[in-house]
Amino acid sequence: MSKKTIIVFSGDYDKVMAAFIIANGAAAMDDEVTMFFTFWGLATLRKPTSGAKVGGKPKSTLQKGFSMMLPASPEKLGLSKFNFGGLGQKMMKKVMKSEKVMSISDLLASAQEQGIKMIACTMSMDVMGIRAEELIDGIEYAGVATYLGEADEANVNLFI
Amino acid sequence: MTAPIEELKAIASPVVVDARGVSCPGPILAAKKQIAGVTVGNVMEVLATDSGTLKDIPAWCKKMGHDFLGSFDEAGSIHLFLRKAK
Repeated sequence: MSKKTIIVFSGDYDKVMAAFIIANGAAAMDDEVTMFFTFWGLATLRKPTSGAKVGGKPKSTLQKGFSMMLPASPEKLGLSKFNFGGLGQKMMKKVMKSEKVMSISDLLASAQEQGIKMIACTMSMDVMGIRAEELIDGIEYAGVATYLGEADEANVNLFI
Repeated sequence: MTAPIEELKAIASPVVVDARGVSCPGPILAAKKQIAGVTVGNVMEVLATDSGTLKDIPAWCKKMGHDFLGSFDEAGSIHLFLRKAK
């Protein structure tokens, strides 16, 4: 058994999907997997209800603005290319559905089922105005040293 | 080294994983889930339509320590066979 770590920096639907496919594949091959979500990637971990008011530390006006403009849930992420204001993403998801390709939500559920460790970067949560209350359950909160500690033990470290 | 098709066709696999119509990484996720229920030494068959499984299931077997026995294509379905080794 070996270990893989993946930093999910991107908030693009296609890139996050690639990260989850690799993570799920590695877990299916009995590898230990840690995914570290930072900056735009954090939107992936938002609960679908995160648009609503959440508890936690009050947000500053700028933080409120940031968190409002960020995608409210993984299925709202846009494509890195051909997004066309979200239309391209809808079209791609339609093709994915007809081809029975797993959506990010499916891959996320599978990752949790397989025991993949997901860590949210607390520093970027502060920058983006994201509170733990609006992120999904079962994740951990940490910083760069935790990621580096995990990366030291891994034989594959990806930045997506 | 994989077995000839005739030998593969003669195998009555006690566990058959139907991953037809499912795309990557579905077939290996399904294989991972079902291998737990296979007795060591027994054969598991994976049915798939994604051509990537022709490379992926052998790679999965190699990593997991199972013996990949071979595959054949029939009526648009790929039949892949492996023996649980541990």
